[in-house]
Amino acid sequence: MVEFALHNAWLVPLLPALSFVIIIFLTKPWPTLSGLVTVGGMLTSCFFASLAAYGVFTNHKYAEEPLVYATRWFTAGELNIDVGIQLDPTSAMMIFMVTLVASLIFIYATGYMKGDPGYSVFFSYLALFGSSMLLLVLSSNLLQMFVAWELVGLCSYLLIGFYTHKISAREAAKKAFVTCRVADFGLLLGILSLQIIFGTLNLTELAEKIHNFDQYTTIGMMTLMAVLVFIGPIGKSGQFPLHVWLPDAMEGPTPVSALIHAATMVVAGVYLVGRMMFLFHEVPSAMELVAITGAFTAMFAAAIAITQREIKRILAYSTVSQLGYMMLALGVGSLTASMFHLWTHAFFKALMFLGAGSVLHALHDRADVWKMGGLIKKMPITGYTFMVGCLAIAGVPPFAGFWSKDEILLAAFDNGNYVLFTMAAITAFMTAFYMWRLFFLAFMGEEKAENHPHESPWNMTVPLIILAFFATVGGLVGTPWAPVWGEWIFYGHPHHVEPNYVIMIGSVVIGLAGIYLAYTLYLADKEKARAHALAKQFSFLHSLSFNKFYIDEIYLWFNHTIVDGSAKLFYLFDIYVVDGILINGLAAFTRLSGEGLRVAQTGRLQNYALVFFLGVLALAVVLAFTDPATAFGLVTGGAK
Amino acid sequence: MTLTLTVSLYHYLILSAVIFGIGLFGVLSKKNAIAVLICIELMLNAININLVAFNKYMTPGDFVGQLFAIFVITVAAAEVGVGLAIIIAIYRNKLSVNLDDFDWLKW
Repeated sequence: MVEFALHNAWLVPLLPALSFVIIIFLTKPWPTLSGLVTVGGMLTSCFFASLAAYGVFTNHKYAEEPLVYATRWFTAGELNIDVGIQLDPTSAMMIFMVTLVASLIFIYATGYMKGDPGYSVFFSYLALFGSSMLLLVLSSNLLQMFVAWELVGLCSYLLIGFYTHKISAREAAKKAFVTCRVADFGLLLGILSLQIIFGTLNLTELAEKIHNFDQYTTIGMMTLMAVLVFIGPIGKSGQFPLHVWLPDAMEGPTPVSALIHAATMVVAGVYLVGRMMFLFHEVPSAMELVAITGAFTAMFAAAIAITQREIKRILAYSTVSQLGYMMLALGVGSLTASMFHLWTHAFFKALMFLGAGSVLHALHDRADVWKMGGLIKKMPITGYTFMVGCLAIAGVPPFAGFWSKDEILLAAFDNGNYVLFTMAAITAFMTAFYMWRLFFLAFMGEEKAENHPHESPWNMTVPLIILAFFATVGGLVGTPWAPVWGEWIFYGHPHHVEPNYVIMIGSVVIGLAGIYLAYTLYLADKEKARAHALAKQFSFLHSLSFNKFYIDEIYLWFNHTIVDGSAKLFYLFDIYVVDGILINGLAAFTRLSGEGLRVAQTGRLQNYALVFFLGVLALAVVLAFTDPATAFGLVTGGAK
Repeated sequence: MTLTLTVSLYHYLILSAVIFGIGLFGVLSKKNAIAVLICIELMLNAININLVAFNKYMTPGDFVGQLFAIFVITVAAAEVGVGLAIIIAIYRNKLSVNLDDFDWLKW
């Protein structure tokens, strides 16, 4: 059975894709059935994924040599493109995580979306979304990965804009699609140049060839390619400066936000960089770029999250920030730490998004955390599971986030780049602060009279409990004392880190300090007077953070002045030069010359005959002057 | 006084040129369609004189010129037939043979 799952891992993306097809063509009129088809497809897929993961993680040869099986997709000249499956510990971990989290989110969605008119369509999109991500994760070559990458982008567009009656949702969907499109262009260029230079896109072959890249190309070209490839993840994983779409993506229904933020979309960028480690590893400057982008994004997004008011928006910026962490880990060369954080983050972020969805469900979409309060009394399951998520992300042991964040801090520290390390540490503090600010404001404190919260139905709370379980124990697979994780998922050599107690205790202290600060400002202080006073005192910084550093406004300005301005210029050029001079001018010229010439058509035969005669005469005269011999010959009929 | 009359090619050519000129003038200036047809006949016959004269003085041995002249006469007869038919048709329409009235083929 395990062998079967190992050698038929293509079933894992296929089953959700099948449920998409079934819903679209068969069960669309029966919403409940459609939901069951999607959940059933994903659960079966999860079953196979678990078997395959079990197979991979019990046989250490797969950590050294990935299991690849592929078939030829097409051949064009010297271009050979395969389509196939690459199973190694990284992808096995991913399929297990994605199918598990996606299954839970799908179950949750059956409750959350109840009564929605687009229920069936929603579930078909969800299934396609999950399927695309699984295909991406299992891809054995870059082109296949790119196809899945675009499919993921398409599904995110469909799902973010699912509430088509909301203008904001439509705008957000467009924004997500266009932003990712910009980034995908870079990725596509990178993939093309890899194909041109190395003649293959298969990950394993590419890894070997890039290892000896001297024979093919120069370090400059390698840097260029690495940067181009990295542009894709910048967009997909919401790194600065293309992070703008991610916070808006919460316009979709909450299960979609959870799916995008935790399991199926944004981690694709991190995963791609992780898969392409063999490329980045050869180019130190590209690695530095990855690390700096990651660290900056982490800090930048955390700084924005501190002042946001909408519950999902805070979570969205926290995702951006955590993705920055993962990028930072990759940039300092630790695939282990990055994938570890990806793994734990998936659980606690899905948990928190679903918790937020549960809150919104209860409060009828009242999203401002300042207008909530005391929810934990009426919604105990949501409240306590959310608390687990907050503990995990704040880095409190033994919750999952602590171990992975510690690993990242340690990797940054060991790398010797103390600026990046400090940035990561500051981010850890801010993370703990803003998450607990959210928790204290929304779940603790006094209840608001205008809210009438109620606990959500079982199919929404059960996934929360399961996710809370994983958010608690998910990190235990990679503790410094038993580094199972590093033995399986690594780049180059198995990853062994000595426990560094200074950093470990330091990160706990930082996390607790953040929580304590949030406590004093938002819970102990009933009137929140100090919080308001601080906001007033640093009003410049506060408004900067509250307005997301005006990045959206800068983009808007750029679009309105530069893009629209040049468009106006081209519009004028089109109207006056192309239409005016070239088209209308030509037409006017033709018309005028026609009007002039038609006067010559008198209709009188004798006029024509006269012109005819004069023409012959003129010809004869001209000939007589220029070529007398021919003229004479013409007149005399060739006589000598 | 002996009148020595040597008729050479040039005389014929001059005669032919004069008749052709008269015909051309008529074609260009006459208002009556019948008169124009007649003038065309004049031009054709001027050509015939030319052809026969060239034949006699330049290539006396063969009869290409005469033959060609006969062809021209035949074609001219046909042409007059068609031309007169057209003029009659127009006349039935317009009750006129004045060329100035025949200017429908214009803008």
